[in-house]
Amino acid sequence: MAAAEKPPVTITCAGPLNGVLSGVLTWVDQRFPLMSLWRDHLAEYYAPKNFNFWYYFGSLAIFVLVLQIVTGIFLTMHYKADATQAFASVEYIMREVPGGWLIRYLHSTGASFFFIVVYLHMFRGLMYGSYRKPRELTWIFGMVIYLCLMAEAFFGYLLPWGQMSYWGAQVIVNLFDAIPWVGPTLAIWIRGDYVVADATLNRFFSFHVVAIPLLLLGLVAAHIMALHEVGSNNPDGVEIKKVKDPKTGHPVDGIPFHPYYTVKDTLGVVVFAIVFCVILFFMPEFGGYFLEYNNFIPADPLKTPSHIAPVWYFTPYYSILRAVTEDFMIFLALGVAAYVILIWRTLRDFRIKIAAAVVGAVLIFFMKGPERFVLDPKVWGVALMGAGTLIYFLLPWLDRSPVKSIRYKGPLTKTALTLFVIAFCVLGYLGTLSVTEGRTYAAQLFTFVYFAFFLLMPWYTAMDRTKPEPARVTG
Amino acid sequence: MADNELDQGKRRFLVAATSVAGGIAGAAAAVPFVASMLPSERAKAAGAPVEADIGNLAPGEMTRVEWRGKPVWVVRRTQEMLETVKQSDGRVADPKSERRLELTPEYARNEFRSIKPEYLVVVGICTHLGCSPVDKFKAQPEPFDADWNGGFYCPCHGSLFDLAGRVYKNKPAPDNLAVPPHTYLSDSTILIGVDQKGA
Repeated sequence: MAAAEKPPVTITCAGPLNGVLSGVLTWVDQRFPLMSLWRDHLAEYYAPKNFNFWYYFGSLAIFVLVLQIVTGIFLTMHYKADATQAFASVEYIMREVPGGWLIRYLHSTGASFFFIVVYLHMFRGLMYGSYRKPRELTWIFGMVIYLCLMAEAFFGYLLPWGQMSYWGAQVIVNLFDAIPWVGPTLAIWIRGDYVVADATLNRFFSFHVVAIPLLLLGLVAAHIMALHEVGSNNPDGVEIKKVKDPKTGHPVDGIPFHPYYTVKDTLGVVVFAIVFCVILFFMPEFGGYFLEYNNFIPADPLKTPSHIAPVWYFTPYYSILRAVTEDFMIFLALGVAAYVILIWRTLRDFRIKIAAAVVGAVLIFFMKGPERFVLDPKVWGVALMGAGTLIYFLLPWLDRSPVKSIRYKGPLTKTALTLFVIAFCVLGYLGTLSVTEGRTYAAQLFTFVYFAFFLLMPWYTAMDRTKPEPARVTG
Repeated sequence: MADNELDQGKRRFLVAATSVAGGIAGAAAAVPFVASMLPSERAKAAGAPVEADIGNLAPGEMTRVEWRGKPVWVVRRTQEMLETVKQSDGRVADPKSERRLELTPEYARNEFRSIKPEYLVVVGICTHLGCSPVDKFKAQPEPFDADWNGGFYCPCHGSLFDLAGRVYKNKPAPDNLAVPPHTYLSDSTILIGVDQKGA
């Protein structure tokens, strides 16, 4: 038998129990790849030794994922997914279920912290070029996780059946209504009714507790497997696998993930838990940003609250959506034209030039062409919002810099990244406010900055004056 | 051909045929699941017409009625309010409601978008993304519009509508508010969901 041919597992740290433990582990290991998983992903996964503060957020994201799943299981025991009972069942959890308030606040605060952690994790990737070859797939899996997380948060937000739940869902589902031709049918299919109703609540509950969490778990596994296949990036953006110890074959600048980074990440979890608990116990609503005040009013299909905004983690995209007005269309069309001219003037490949010209012409035709072909600004708003979330997928191919990390990139890239972060935050802030003329202009300006960061990246990263990368990590 | 020699062409054909047949079967199996998410028979049946009693509505007031889960507004417009509708002709995107004819039944396709000028009956759902606009009937400077003529303001994305439910130019909403099919049962009762006959 092949299984029995595997060497026995030896254990030396359990004292008098060494023999028993070794026996159990050997029995398991001969039937399941226990020790090789342990070695490949923890004890002998060599990670760069120069991880800094920014490298806490990956493990923190896993921590929050577990927190959300565990609290979610217990909330599901008391929650009722029924339009007539949902709001009351959440209040029941808050007031009458023993410790229910704590579990609910853990879950609602956890949702916002999930996004804080994930946004910082993504920013780390942007800074150190973690999306670049050979980590493109790790980045893509990560982006799919981010999209699933947005879906998960959106479905979950309907469940308390408050005013914001209801009208938020109404607005987001109506985004699909804007899709030309199939939109209205699609929106009815998503809702299962002509307005957001009991059918909608029930299916969102199903997606929130079954479908999306399953997807998320699978994707997290894929994200980590892809990462461990190629090895982690680091703040210097140099590959540690290039310099290996000739005797052991391990990277000279690598240290085993366990115990070095398991211990470091545990410290991260402890500090995170302190910050998390301060907010959890003293400001769980976080001034209306984590739990909006209007959501403490039961859903009323006849009356939209006087000010509605999505939860903070969606507001940058929401701002982009609102920025597209009739007057803005001409600037959008000009932007497309300018981009085609830029491609035409600077690239050599004729096929790309032709493709860009055709795509640009089609876009402009539907933006500012003959009146009966022009799509509503509403359609373009939805399209731009969608593009805003999807454009991250292209990053690995947009970045043309010879170096990965911001440490060695030049002033152009540093400026671009700074402007992008400012644009993201300003759009996010504007998205929480009501609309005025001035704020619309600001949102339009920063929408341009947001997209310029990505679309102009092939040019500014290639032109930039970079510093030479060191041969090994600098510590 | 010897028994142990593989016929690669035959194998490729069989693999392709099985894959295609299996793929079609898989796609067909998805149909009942996708279909199960469409509105149920009960949801479809819930669209019965509703009556609105407007006998007690004072001039300048508005009442809300629920029809097919949507808010329907009935506004009793004063003479001044009707004047503001005329004044806003130049500021609205589609003054004659011609852009999408299905939003305005034929009997309401007039200056005031109503059967009787006094009563406006519209679905209170913004044509942008489905919020319900709020009534701002008073003509006075507002943060969203310095010379506001009175009408409706959508808090979600800032669309403005005049007192005939017509959308202002350069706003996110593309269309005027929909006028639902409705008919007068008497001077004080409107039936919403049924078209006016012979009007």
